[in-house]
Amino acid sequence: MTSTADRISVGTDPLRTRLTDLWETPHTWLAWLSTVDHKKLGKRYIYTAFMFFIAGGIEAAIMRAQLARPENRLIGPDAFNQLMTMHGVTMMFLFAQPVLSGFSFYLTPLMIGSRELAFPRLNAFSYYVFLFAGLFMYASFVVGQAPNAGWFNYTPLASVQYNTGFNIDFYALGLLFLGVATTAGACNSIVTILKMRAPGMSINRMPLFLWSSLTMSVAVIFCIPPLTAAVGLLELERRWHFVFFDPRFGGSALLWQHLFWVFGHPWVYIVFLPATGMLSMVIPTFCRRPMIGHTFVALATVTTGLIGFGVWVHHMFATGLPQLSMSFFSAASMTVSIPSAVTIFAWLATMWYGRVVFATPMLFAIAFIVQFVIGGISGVMTAAVPFDWQVTDTYFVVAHIHYVLAGGTLFGVMAGGYYWYPKAYGRMMSESLGKLSFWLMFIGFNVGFFPMHISGLQGMPRRVYTYSVASGFGPANLVTTIGVYIFAVGLLLSLWNAIRSRVAGQIASRNPWGAATLEWLAESPPEHFNFAHIPIIHGREPLWDGAFEEGPAYDETRLTPRTSTLDATLEEPIEMPEDNLWSLVLPLAMLAATVGLLVRSLPWTIAGVVISLLSLARWMWPSNTKTLETET
Amino acid sequence: MTAIEMRSDHLLPPPPSPKSQVAWWGMVLFLLNEATLFASLIGGYFYLGVGNREWPPAGTPKPELRLPLVMTALLLSSSIVLIVGEKGFEQGKRIRYRVASIITILLGLGFLFVQAREYADKLKAHSPTENAYESIFFTITGLHGTHVAFGLLFLLWALCREWSGTTHPRYPLAIKNSSLYWHFVDGVWLVILTCLYLSPRWY
Repeated sequence: MTSTADRISVGTDPLRTRLTDLWETPHTWLAWLSTVDHKKLGKRYIYTAFMFFIAGGIEAAIMRAQLARPENRLIGPDAFNQLMTMHGVTMMFLFAQPVLSGFSFYLTPLMIGSRELAFPRLNAFSYYVFLFAGLFMYASFVVGQAPNAGWFNYTPLASVQYNTGFNIDFYALGLLFLGVATTAGACNSIVTILKMRAPGMSINRMPLFLWSSLTMSVAVIFCIPPLTAAVGLLELERRWHFVFFDPRFGGSALLWQHLFWVFGHPWVYIVFLPATGMLSMVIPTFCRRPMIGHTFVALATVTTGLIGFGVWVHHMFATGLPQLSMSFFSAASMTVSIPSAVTIFAWLATMWYGRVVFATPMLFAIAFIVQFVIGGISGVMTAAVPFDWQVTDTYFVVAHIHYVLAGGTLFGVMAGGYYWYPKAYGRMMSESLGKLSFWLMFIGFNVGFFPMHISGLQGMPRRVYTYSVASGFGPANLVTTIGVYIFAVGLLLSLWNAIRSRVAGQIASRNPWGAATLEWLAESPPEHFNFAHIPIIHGREPLWDGAFEEGPAYDETRLTPRTSTLDATLEEPIEMPEDNLWSLVLPLAMLAATVGLLVRSLPWTIAGVVISLLSLARWMWPSNTKTLETET
Repeated sequence: MTAIEMRSDHLLPPPPSPKSQVAWWGMVLFLLNEATLFASLIGGYFYLGVGNREWPPAGTPKPELRLPLVMTALLLSSSIVLIVGEKGFEQGKRIRYRVASIITILLGLGFLFVQAREYADKLKAHSPTENAYESIFFTITGLHGTHVAFGLLFLLWALCREWSGTTHPRYPLAIKNSSLYWHFVDGVWLVILTCLYLSPRWY
């Protein structure tokens, strides 16, 4: 099957030289900072997300050490609150979504046969905003006032009456700032997927990863604003004495919860769905057959994204809401299991009718399915209101979220990482190290997180820094700590594998796994211009059934085709922007404004805003009058 | 080229339109995002309202209508003028676009001026920190005012682009996107007028 990929010519040498001249980022520091190459930025997204992941992991390791035995005095309650909050904030906002975005920004143009994202400079911009927002939030540790009211930051605990330091301001302003990156990235993904697909890749031929990426991005467009509103109102209340959450002045503490969970529940799917998309790419490749129920899985993905907006109240069953509202949201929450089951059965059927190759990515994919089913079942259990009342704010919920997001998303990212690594670096990762890492992670994860169900059912509340001997929570917690440390060793082994394989890995061919989709048509690693000839697509598995042909080379300037939304008929080649520094200057100015708001410095805030506006105006001003068509 | 070739060939360009440009799509998505932000805040306004016995609460008068209606007239007419200008640009009448754009900007400045007057009147007796009603009222209208200000800068920028000759006649995206933004800000104002100024008179 690799022969189909090798059938295509790599382009004549003068053509490749010309394209390289057009698309390559020069090897200077300034060029490194101003690059708009989606491959470089996608990798940077992933590296940065893993950097934050390690920080979040260290926080978890300290907490687990503290909780390993009853009445431990390793850290106090204040430190625990900060670690617990930052662990959640990091994993939710600075790891899960950015790492999935990183994969998406790296892979999308390759999967759709394009040379760039729709808005390359916006991509650089959103990367820098993400980086600065993450560093901004982590700067809170430097001043010893990290966010400490949990990742969902309920009022009045987060209100200024009970939380006077900078802690919550770091949280609120950091998320306000980070939301810009997330939104910009989502716009970029949507327009890229809808407008930049290679000619002939009609919407029904689109790989499933892109369906999940598209669903996630559309959800981001609609779910970030409620969060922006929530943290904006919170800052107005904390800093300028507005009142929104204080019932004494006609406010409502539940307003925060509604706004936060209108954002929060779609967000949980946002950080989960792209991992299912990765699985839908990995499983057909290692089952050596096309995905069964491709259309249904695509529809299920979109449906899950939609239903995700109608279930937020199930996070609030214990707040004393009307019966009718709880019944509605309970039913809606159970509905989510239908599209999820469609996806799972499609994967199982693909495995059943295929010939499974148990390579490392496939092992991670299988573990994903097992753990996601467990997490899904505990999810359906908590959708039932009486059961939810019993386990709300206990470790049962902690077990549930970790089964879905660590057992699901993280294992999906591992599967995707092992799967696409050879594409990105031109070398294979070590299979023996990979398998060892997999088994450590799989065993460690389940040993660590399954007992949380039990401690939860026994009544152990979440977010406590310690517990008494008499409570009887000791044994389950000790097992959890041991399991989590095994899990961490497995993870570090994979990180080591990734670093080591860059120099020691076996050289990868263009399509080492014999996969079906377009990214495997590009060189490993892809050349600066991705494809010497833009492919024209005639089928869903182009590399398996040979349903593609070489299209135009577009080598006059930095060109890539723009096509129509549904049928992907060619509209015209559009010119892509050169590297530029404004997509770094603007985030820097925004960072200055955010810091200004934090330290209540009017000059910094105003300077930040004014420079932001000026650099925005300059950015959007065409630098070259020949390229008037392409204001991106 | 034969009819069969026309159907099978993916390489035939359709007629150019600014609406197939990626930047236009980006703007539409950005505006959907902005619309959701206003929807969240207005949802918050009604949520707080349902939680209070009276809304606006006792002691707070219903908002005056005189100045907001003037503001509505200013914004609506500015949008109409801008549409005339856009059509003018499409027909190659660039002077008409410039004049319309300047009139739009002046009307928008008028809006902000009247809003400042309205705020000044209101602040004499009430403050945004007084109760949840005043807080959310000033938050929503203030955020909208900020959008109007940004819209004015955007229109001014598009005008500079046109003046300097850096706007493509077939793909006038600077003009299209800034106008779209302005019409959006105008539309949001109608929603705010209905929800914040008119609706308290219906219950």
